[in-house]
Amino acid sequence: MDVINGFPGLMNYWIVVFLMMTGFYIVIAQDNLVKKIVGLNIFQVSVFVFYITMGKIKGGTAPILADGTEIYSNPLPHVLILTAIVVGVATTALGLAFVVRIRDAFGTIEDDEIQAMENED
Amino acid sequence: MAALVSSHLPALQVVLALLAAPVCLLLRRPNASWAVATAITWTLLAVSIALLERVLQSGTIIYALGGWPAPWGIEYRIDLANAFMLVIVTVIGSAVMPYARASVEAEIPVERIYLFYCMYLLNLAGLLGIAITGDVFNLFVFLEISSLSSYVMISLGRERSALTAAYRYLIMGTIGATFYIIGVGMMYMVSGSLNMADLASLLPDVGGSRTVMVALAFITVGLGLKLALVPLHMWLPNAYTHAPSVVSVFLAGTGTKIAVYAMMRIIFTVYGGMGVFDDFGLGEMLMALGIIAMIGASAVAIYQDNAKRLLAYSSLAQIGYIVLGISMASVFGLAAGIVHLFNHALIKAGLFMALGCIFLRIGSVKIEDMKGLGKAMPVTMAAFVAGGFGLIGVPLTAGFISKWYLLQAAIEKGWWLAIIALLISSLLAIIYVWRVVEAAYFQDRDKKAPAVSEAPVSMLVPMWVLIGASIYFGINATMTMDVAIGAAEALIGGIQ
Repeated sequence: MDVINGFPGLMNYWIVVFLMMTGFYIVIAQDNLVKKIVGLNIFQVSVFVFYITMGKIKGGTAPILADGTEIYSNPLPHVLILTAIVVGVATTALGLAFVVRIRDAFGTIEDDEIQAMENED
Repeated sequence: MAALVSSHLPALQVVLALLAAPVCLLLRRPNASWAVATAITWTLLAVSIALLERVLQSGTIIYALGGWPAPWGIEYRIDLANAFMLVIVTVIGSAVMPYARASVEAEIPVERIYLFYCMYLLNLAGLLGIAITGDVFNLFVFLEISSLSSYVMISLGRERSALTAAYRYLIMGTIGATFYIIGVGMMYMVSGSLNMADLASLLPDVGGSRTVMVALAFITVGLGLKLALVPLHMWLPNAYTHAPSVVSVFLAGTGTKIAVYAMMRIIFTVYGGMGVFDDFGLGEMLMALGIIAMIGASAVAIYQDNAKRLLAYSSLAQIGYIVLGISMASVFGLAAGIVHLFNHALIKAGLFMALGCIFLRIGSVKIEDMKGLGKAMPVTMAAFVAGGFGLIGVPLTAGFISKWYLLQAAIEKGWWLAIIALLISSLLAIIYVWRVVEAAYFQDRDKKAPAVSEAPVSMLVPMWVLIGASIYFGINATMTMDVAIGAAEALIGGIQ
């Protein structure tokens, strides 16, 4: 019952762990290069959720100076994650650009087929 | 004006390259962007030497970015270790630039050359940023600036495998960086700080917390991916092999080295007061991985047909040496690791430059195609042999100095396994260097093969500057060793 009463409490961290492992598994197990990038994104998003959760304080509001509010959430992790999101977007864009070029060069985006072709080269 | 510039030198170190990168993008002309990149790199070399001198004279420089003092703002804290890393990166960069012109023209399509210099400057900015920053999250941002630009540079290679090498490096590199920020997040959760010096004083108070130790595990694995610590090295051989020659030179000399520095900084400065070597067994783990890299990667290098791939595996082995130095957790062992980091950067950049010269002339770096090159390209092959001696650790080369100090540090620790591994790995190095030497000097070039001339002077001079420096620091090691010991003391300060 603690998990429910303390919402968001530990629940967020369970989601983080679940997303992290899901993303990581997709990156490792998928042969399709686009799906690998999707997995990477899920993996990164789990870290974003992790940071945002740790900044949250129970009963805290947005950190704006206003009458009647005394408890603020910590804005710093949220700001950090803005930076990390930018880095993530850049990485995704670059990764997808590589996939386009790889498809032009190899005619496929399946990792096992590409590896077979590379071994012949 | 002079006083103003001199007080902002630390910021210049990063900002100059970061601002020059878009300038190259706007210029679009290959020669103009080369000139900008060269001028900026050489200026940065002057700045980094000035910073090193200032640190040697008056101690640690603390620079609050934007005037916000730490721990609220981002702080650049330059002690001897940072200053030495800045010099290493800019020295390799400055030597690469004159070399790059001819090599890049031959290997990268004309319409993409300005993009290469743009990426090179971004990469330089990232590497220098990692070296100079005193903030763990800022380090992540610079890590990704340098990584993203190196993925692009690798993908500029001519073979289609360059694309897949870059893609696989991107996947592995991003996982590494994400692991790193997970660790940073956990440190922030328990301490509320991102400043390295601040963390070093805050973490021991929460020492018993499992979160802090899990954070260290995440960061070690994340940076291990970036520095290609065996068994997290899978991206490196393909990336070095398929990248354009200049990129291999630059990355081999700087990319993994700076990640090694970041690992040293986290383990020794941030976690300095935590007893991670006594309670956590980190030393034994790193020693085991270092030894596996030293012997395993050297053994694999022997069986390579492509000289670039051979050097790539040799790099993995040399990283093993440096990690072995880290694992000793003594000032002397760490100093030996840092000296090896410096010497190996010179030697390996010089060796990859020799392969770049060979590729320019014969269009291949396969060992079987290098037959008879000892006569056809005597200056280049002589540099390769001199660099090869450095890899083996023949006396009077820089490689000997660092291996000697590592050996002494291992004897001091009584780590007999490490001593044996050092010797075996050096013997294996003789074999893989010999394979190239044998093809070049003791076999004749095919009768039908076209005549080969020596590489242009603009490529030979930078190559011999690096190889010559590695020989100089092999004969006169007092300066590097003094700086390295100072750097090791600066890093390890938290432990004592």
